[in-house]
This record gives sequence, structure tokens and C-alpha cells, in this order.
Amino acid sequence: MRKYISFFRMRLMAGLQYRAAALAGLSTQLVWGAMEVLLYRAFWLEHPERFPMGMEALAAYIWLQQAFLTLFSLWSWEFELINSVKTGDVAYELTRPADLYGMWMARSLAVRLSRALLRMVPVILAAVCIPAPYGLRLHTGPAVFLLFLLSALLMLVVVCAYTLLIYALTFHLTDPNGIMVLSVAAADLLGGGVVPLPFLPDGLRQIASLSPFGSMQNVPLRIFSGDIPLPEIPAVMGLQVFWSAVLILAGYLLTRSGLRRTVIAGG
Amino acid sequence: MIEMKGISKSYRVRRREAGLQSALRSLFSHDCTKAPALREMTFTIPDGQIVGYIGPNGAGKSTTIKILCGILRPDSGTCTVDGLTPWADRKRHVARLGVVFGQRSQLWWDVPVMESFLLLRDIYGVPAPQFQANLDRLTELLDLSELLRTPARMLSLGQRMRCEIAAALLHSPRVLFLDEPTIGLDAVSKLQVREFIREQNRLCGTTVILTTHDMQDIDALCSRVILIGKGQLLLDGTTAQIRAMAGENLSTEESVADLYRRFGI
Repeated sequence: MRKYISFFRMRLMAGLQYRAAALAGLSTQLVWGAMEVLLYRAFWLEHPERFPMGMEALAAYIWLQQAFLTLFSLWSWEFELINSVKTGDVAYELTRPADLYGMWMARSLAVRLSRALLRMVPVILAAVCIPAPYGLRLHTGPAVFLLFLLSALLMLVVVCAYTLLIYALTFHLTDPNGIMVLSVAAADLLGGGVVPLPFLPDGLRQIASLSPFGSMQNVPLRIFSGDIPLPEIPAVMGLQVFWSAVLILAGYLLTRSGLRRTVIAGG
Repeated sequence: MIEMKGISKSYRVRRREAGLQSALRSLFSHDCTKAPALREMTFTIPDGQIVGYIGPNGAGKSTTIKILCGILRPDSGTCTVDGLTPWADRKRHVARLGVVFGQRSQLWWDVPVMESFLLLRDIYGVPAPQFQANLDRLTELLDLSELLRTPARMLSLGQRMRCEIAAALLHSPRVLFLDEPTIGLDAVSKLQVREFIREQNRLCGTTVILTTHDMQDIDALCSRVILIGKGQLLLDGTTAQIRAMAGENLSTEESVADLYRRFGI
């Protein structure tokens, strides 16, 4: 276990040094969050009674989404990993007395955490200063807040396991780009990226909630904003655990079968 | 002790003619042909030897190394390294193995070299005193003290290669595979790397398998040479024997080129 923790720590430290990228992302996220809040405000002022979420809950959802963006965004793939498979540099990883899937998992978790740690605090601080109902407020008690932290952790695992599944496919495909583009689109729509899931029409909403994408940002953001009532939380978090297990198992098996038939070409 | 017995491996290659028509046809069916990379490869390397493993491009050198590293499983044949079958006992096997692929890097690109070393320490579970002793020795012999705090991306090729070699030896492997370790290096760095490999072998008894196209590496280091071509073992002997086979007063380089021609490889 120590080797994976060390691997995690290493990647975390390496990730913390990209300050310019963090600064650029930070300003984008603040502006984007503000624009989204203004957009929803226009709809909300028109018909507050037809809004499926309260404006305060929605604002919390949007700001936290911006703060945590790099934690769950599927579009921030690790091209280093994909390229290491494409170019054969993965050969070095295979000469280590460690499990490739475990190393990749540690690494993915660390990359996402390091990116998020740099951006999270300023976005949250800024959002807290915005007056209600458009700013970020904690609406729930400490118990729900703890559940939120736990579900955020589960979300991170689901997201990483999903991306690792795609990386594992690289062993079997010439180029995983097509699947990656489709995944990003699907996750944006079904995961609550474009609009929070309560805004989706009946039918699609249920499908989205049950899909693996529904176990990503959708769950912690809505728990935090108080949109998922306490009695329903165990079920949605159970689903997160389910998807973590399924995606990890699938990714692990696919990596193993990929390695078995892998040929690292060239000298 | 490395033993290879009757190892064969062939790759499946998809071939098609150039052009739109055949590109469209290949959407539905591929013509797969088998390209043999190794045929009945057999050799034994006792502990503590430095062996040059040479042959022209495409001879099967890298395939052999990959099989010995446990990255690739052969189609048939048996292979043991100190009693372990590389692809079956991969984790236990690679823990005693050091590898340098001259054309790839195992150092983390944008953190100081020392960070990579510490990570390797944890991956291989090297006890702290042993790690420190190895690090001190490698730092001195390879002149690394300035480099350890430098990010890998800022190193010159020669500096990087010294760090790569050190990285492969931090866990005191019993066997070291060097795949073109001097490629692209200047004269000084080449000499330094060769000198170090010799010392490592002499002091620690590390078995070294060296694949290279640089015959001066072979001359300087290897007591024994295994020459392969088209996946088969052609010659197993000393550099003197190779030169003797090729005729009068030729350098090892010329002798090997002569042998390549003679074997039609």
C-alpha cells in the first residue's frame, strides 16, 4: 500500500506547481459561475414557482460546481497516461513490482485533488461573499455536511475509475479519442453539468440519476445544497458505491486483459 | 542465472495495400499475417556476466528483453531468471531487476530527480539504510550531487542517462538490462557510463545484459557476445572469436557488419 500512497503524494506535489494554470482556471470559473447564476436568476424571477430547485440551493450548486470543477470534469483527461500506452513508455511502469491499475488510480486521484486544491479555496471565498440568494451558503446541518464530504470522495473514485476504464480501452483501440469525446458529452448532460438533474424532463432524469454519470458531481453538489432530502441520501450514496465497484472491477479486468495481449512495439 | 529454452514469439501484423479501396475493405476484414520475432531462442547466462546482445534492427533484441522483463509472454518455450518465470511471477521477478531503456525515460519529467528516486524507493520497498548506501555510492560514482535537485526536464541527455542508470540500481537488482544506454551520448558521457557499468559489475556482481548498436560499448564491456538475426541465435562467443571469424585486422564493428552480411540478415 505504501508504494501507492507514495505515488499519490508524488503526483500531488507535482500537480501543485502549476500555478499559472490554476490562476487562469480560477478566473474562468468565477466569471462562468457568475454568468450561470445570472442566467438562472432571469428564469427564476420570471416563474419562481416553476423552478425545480430553490434559488439558494441552485446558487450553492453552481458555486460548488465551479470550485470543484477539476475534481470531476471528465474533459481533463490525463493525456500522459494515454500517450504512455500509445508510445510504449508504459513499458517502464510494467517493470515495477506494483500493479499498473493501482498506480494509475493513485495517480489519477492525486492529479484531480491537486488541481482542485489550488482553485477551490478562492472560488469558495468569493462565492461566500456574494449576497443571498445568489451566493454560496451552507443550508444543512453538520450531519449532512459530513455526508456531503463522503459523497464527494465517492464521486472522485467514480470519476477516476471511469477515466481509468477509458485509459484501459487504449490498450485495445488504436485511438480512444472518439469514446472520450462521447463520454464528455454524456457526462455533461447526464451528470448535471449542463443543467442540474432536477431540470431534466421526466424519464431522462431517472435514467441520468441511475447512470454512472449520475453518481458523479450530481450527488455531492445536491447533498450540499440540500436538494436531496436526508432520507434519500443513503440510496444515492449506495448507488455511488455500486458504480465505484463496477467501474473499478471493469477497469481492472480490462487493464489486465490489455496487458496480456500488449505488444510494446519498437526498440 | 538466466535460462531461455526454445522461446518463440510472433506478432500479428495487419497488412493492407495503400489506397481508398483497400482501406474500405479493411473496415470489414483484416489480413493478419504472423511475423515471427523469435524462433527457438535458447541461451544461458550465469550470474555476474556482462553479455552483449547484438543483432541488426528487427532481429528480436527488444522482444527478448521484453520477455525477460515479464512485459511480454512468448508463444512457446520456457524461461527462468533466478528460478522465476518472468511473465508468470512478474511482481517478484521485477523486484530484483533493473532496466534502462535508452530511448525512454523513467524519471518524472517536471520534478527534481531526487523525488523520482524516493518514489522508486517506496515502489521497490527498499529499506532506508540500504537506499541511503546505494544513493551515496551512485551519487559519487555517477557524479550526481548537482543533479539530484534539478528537475529531469532541465538535464542534458548525458546527465539524464546517468540519473536513469542510477534509478535502475537503487534497489540493488541482481540483473540489469541496458537497452542502448549510450545512444546519443557524447564521448565523455559514454566513457563515464561504460566505466560505471564495469564497476557496478565488478563490485556488486550484477549480471548485465546490454543491447546496443555501438560496438565500442561491446568492446569496452562485454566478455561475451550473443549475436542474433531474424529471431535466431547465430553466434555465442567472445568478441575475439567474432573478430577471428570475420578475418584479418577488422575492428569489431567491421567484423559484425561482415557477419551480418554473411548470415544474410
